[in-house]
Amino acid sequence: MAKNFSIKHQPGFTAIAATCFIVLYLPIIVLVIYAFNAASSTSEWGGFSLKWFQSAWQNTQVVDATLRSFQIGSIAAVLSTIFATMAALATTRTAPYPGLTFKYAAINQPLMVPEIVTGVALLIFFSRVKIFTGYSGIGYLVAAHTAFCIPFAYLPIRARLENMDLTLERAAADLYATPWKTFRRITLPLLWPGILAGLMLAFVISLDDVVITEFVKSGGQDTLPTYMLGQIRRGITPEINAISTAFLLLSVAIVTLFFFVSRKRD
Amino acid sequence: MATAEEVAKAAERRDVRDRWLLSAPALLVIFLAATGPLLIVLVYSFLTPGSYGDVKWQFSPEAWIAVFLERDIFDDTLSIAAAHVTIFLRSIKLSVVTTIATLALGFPTAYFMATRSEKTRDLWLFLITIPFWTNLLIRTFAVLQIIRNEGIINTILLKLGIISAPIQILYTDTAILIGMAYVYLPLMVLPIYASMEKLDFRLVEAGYDLYATRFQVLRRIIFPLVKPGVIAGSILVFIPALGAYVTPSVLGGGKNMMLSNLIELQFGQGRNWPLGSALSIAVMIIVMVALLAYVRNAGKSGVRHG
Repeated sequence: MAKNFSIKHQPGFTAIAATCFIVLYLPIIVLVIYAFNAASSTSEWGGFSLKWFQSAWQNTQVVDATLRSFQIGSIAAVLSTIFATMAALATTRTAPYPGLTFKYAAINQPLMVPEIVTGVALLIFFSRVKIFTGYSGIGYLVAAHTAFCIPFAYLPIRARLENMDLTLERAAADLYATPWKTFRRITLPLLWPGILAGLMLAFVISLDDVVITEFVKSGGQDTLPTYMLGQIRRGITPEINAISTAFLLLSVAIVTLFFFVSRKRD
Repeated sequence: MATAEEVAKAAERRDVRDRWLLSAPALLVIFLAATGPLLIVLVYSFLTPGSYGDVKWQFSPEAWIAVFLERDIFDDTLSIAAAHVTIFLRSIKLSVVTTIATLALGFPTAYFMATRSEKTRDLWLFLITIPFWTNLLIRTFAVLQIIRNEGIINTILLKLGIISAPIQILYTDTAILIGMAYVYLPLMVLPIYASMEKLDFRLVEAGYDLYATRFQVLRRIIFPLVKPGVIAGSILVFIPALGAYVTPSVLGGGKNMMLSNLIELQFGQGRNWPLGSALSIAVMIIVMVALLAYVRNAGKSGVRHG
């Protein structure tokens, strides 16, 4: 028997876990390193250089796609967070009522369907609407992104609400605060971390989407991920590494923020 | 005069009405831009293809027949559509193998994370969450750079003299498999970790006191207790793997199609929207079956432990 018999030990598990963490990060690290490669081939190292970041920055297609991604992401994130907050208020802290289960199912529906199916469905539906209305702007992308961001924004908001009891709100009502005032002064400040977490989640989810955007977009409406997919299919250049690295940094920053916001206890 | 009971009932009715009004915007957006269009796909799968894409409004079961069968253009006889069957089987096979591979790697990883001290646990969780929220396309692209012929795996093996020519991994089923296992691994680890974190290690201790071996403890105590997490993780990996689009497009190189690429083809060069619709509904049916199996299984294990 081993000297220190640990009940938590399982043979080989630590080795597998270590392998997993290394394997998860190694490709990302290699990708980032090659973004700073001076050589134009992605297989040899030609010294440190920022020229690929510079060339991406000067590529109008990249800049356009990035701005479009941010535009769609911020509108979709704000809208879906507002709708998700309202829906969360309507579906928590209550005795079961007719339709409650239906609401849960409806809100989570976008999570249950593979993206490709939603993408195809929206392609068919929006192509009809386009003929009917003659409008072909980014409104369709915003609508699609808002819809699939709602369940993600809903998650942290609902979780936060479920941990808030109704005592303070009842006290406010006892002191003759109107329902709106109670919401503004009591519920909203307490719920705020959940709302922020939902907003950030929705933004990241929208920013990352490839499949649904690929099917819904009209010509010239590339977002950053669909632009990158097109480029990768054509062959790889270090410029894609540079764009990926910038994108990664942004994601990591948002996730870090999300992590702290959602862990904050008060 | 209204009795107190009537007043309470009216208040309750008003409350339910307000709750419906509050959830209306979310439900409406999801119905218009997610759920509703799925019904249109179902309708389209029973129509006739138009000459330049889209459909003619004429009922036809041809699209559904074409999912698995091929009609001979000369004598109208039906035979198995080998290409479609191959793609269906490949997609299911790759998704199942991906699920098993992520489980084999993810289970020990979740166990490792859950057995750390409270303080470091958050750090490990953070490390697994970062790839989870990182763009899937970027992670697939990262895998592409590792496994291609000029990538570091082949370069190192060549330099060490283990191989004399690069191993062709890219644009094979293996590449899709590696890519999917890589991008979906966090989806397996997170739910297993969530179950594992609640594991009561006094039960494990009791097992050892009764002379159980490490493997017996793992199989008879730990695994049954975290089974809900294992099932949730498997579902979370299997569903997106079956409908995967980005990974096969980037790593499969167009030749090794999966279901999503076949569907995309019908809406692009194939110009057969009804067939694309029928294939989409077929994918949905497979997903629904998997979800039902999950719900039934989760219900059963709930009864046993409760």
